[in-house]
Amino acid sequence: MGNIFGFSISPSSTVNLDNVDFTLFDRLHELEPDAWKCMSCGSCGATCPAGNFSGMSLRKVLHNLQRGKEKEAVKMLQNCMLCGKCSIVCPRGINTRHLILSICKLYKED
Amino acid sequence: MKDNIVIVGGGIAGMEAARQLLRMGLNPIIVEKSDHLGGHVARWHRLFPDMTPASELVGGLIEATGQANIFLNTEISFMNRLKDSYNIMLSNGVSVIAKVVLITTGFSVFDASKKEEYGYGVYDQVMTNSDLEQWFNNGNDSRIDGTEINAVGFVHCVGSRDEKARNSQCSKVCCITAVKQAIEMKQKFPDAAVYCFYMDLRMFGKKYEDFYISAQRDYGIRFIRGRVSEVSENIDGRVIVKAEDTLAGKPVKVTLDLLVLMSGMVCNRDCSSIAGMISLQTDSDGFFKSRDNISDIICSSREGIYYAGACTGPKTVPETLAEARSAALEIFSYINRA
Ligand SMILES: Cc1cc2nc3c(=O)[nH]c(=O)nc-3n(C[C@H](O)[C@H](O)[C@H](O)COP(=O)(O)OP(=O)(O)OC[C@H]3O[C@@H](n4cnc5c(N)ncnc54)[C@H](O)[C@@H]3O)c2cc1C
Ligand code: SF4
Ligand code: SF4
Ligand code: SF4
Repeated sequence: MGNIFGFSISPSSTVNLDNVDFTLFDRLHELEPDAWKCMSCGSCGATCPAGNFSGMSLRKVLHNLQRGKEKEAVKMLQNCMLCGKCSIVCPRGINTRHLILSICKLYKED
Repeated sequence: MKDNIVIVGGGIAGMEAARQLLRMGLNPIIVEKSDHLGGHVARWHRLFPDMTPASELVGGLIEATGQANIFLNTEISFMNRLKDSYNIMLSNGVSVIAKVVLITTGFSVFDASKKEEYGYGVYDQVMTNSDLEQWFNNGNDSRIDGTEINAVGFVHCVGSRDEKARNSQCSKVCCITAVKQAIEMKQKFPDAAVYCFYMDLRMFGKKYEDFYISAQRDYGIRFIRGRVSEVSENIDGRVIVKAEDTLAGKPVKVTLDLLVLMSGMVCNRDCSSIAGMISLQTDSDGFFKSRDNISDIICSSREGIYYAGACTGPKTVPETLAEARSAALEIFSYINRA
């Protein structure tokens, strides 16, 4: 019989911001000052044609980059088809396609 | 003989009303509890949204009210209704018969030490928004001087939107104040990481959203949606903050050199005692209750008694000044009618 009572220990999911290296994100800001403007409204993810199937959401990508989860962010970006729908809906006027391309370039370097 | 108008509270609301009443040729008497005019604004450094020096506003009002009768270090000891006026005894022994009483007693800053989990007054590196304004003014605070500031955090909604702190209301000014102070700290410590922990960002006023965008885009302030649940101190006296990053659904923690608590605007305790003297009503939030919250915010339920500014709830400076002006106008027509 499996363990149905009590709890088992899994690794902590806490994000420790002390250990996050922001060097690349700061560099991204130099290329794309608007990268920091996202207010996490979620419009991009809601409209993304790839979203339904792959979970693609530019909001999540930007958020993951700010929490040091660069691998997850870059992996998610592989689902993007660069269709540009998200740039139409973004209320902060972010040139999302340009931003996505810059993220790809910057984070692939290493 | 001119009718007396007693203004209770010499903050910006009381002074602006006095300035307008003087212009109308009336006779305002300011009764101020503390030893100076200007109220809270006299403690602030620069005002959102245009970063106007607070001293400019307060200085201008002090100059413009020079002709009024002003009693500092004075309170109302006793007040009762006569036939068509009020009999007021001041704590300095002076007694006044006033046709009109304008209440401008303002608010109090929430006592952050009541939120024990944030460690104000316990941990060295925790201060309030009000303390930080004072540091901007006089550059003298042991929490900042002599500390290397590499990471600063701002905690929104301290003592506001908090039923356990007995203040369910939003204090309205502290989101924008946090963003303003975060930018100011970033200007002073450009290499520091600056975090804001918020539940919602309430950027309701003119230019506030621009401030927020600039904080993100130009200053790289890091906004984390989630209420700080607890603060602890590490062995080097830095503070460790825990929250949930509710956008990611994951707990976050960060170690900071300075934590600033955005203490809210709560009712001035004197509301209830003043209300008791002449049976005025206070609201469920403890602030004075207006006759109507839409059309008669500056009127009380009693004839000849008016309100202006933060004594009826959290207000910004321009809102306070606008109410003071409209109260003066209302008083002018009341006196001419009566
Ligand atoms: C941290 C912080 C920063 C802020 N920054 C800004 C800003 O940048 N821009 C902006 O628009 N707004 C700002 N505000 C809001 C601003 O402080 C208020 O709008 C303003 O203080 C309201 O003025 P008031 O005269 O109504 O009340 P107060 O400033 O509270 O003045 C009330 C006066 O009445 C006196 N008093 C009280 N009780 C009695 C009594 N029983 N008898 C006699 N006198 C009495 C007090 O001593 C005081 O002088 C800020 C608020 C906070 C908390
Ligand atoms: S550009 Fe990419 S992220 Fe944006 S809507 Fe299209 S597929 Fe989605
Ligand atoms: S639509 Fe724009 S602002 Fe909204 S989450 Fe997406 S990138 Fe951010
Ligand atoms: S203005 Fe912002 S920080 Fe202040 S109580 Fe309201 S939501 Fe909280």
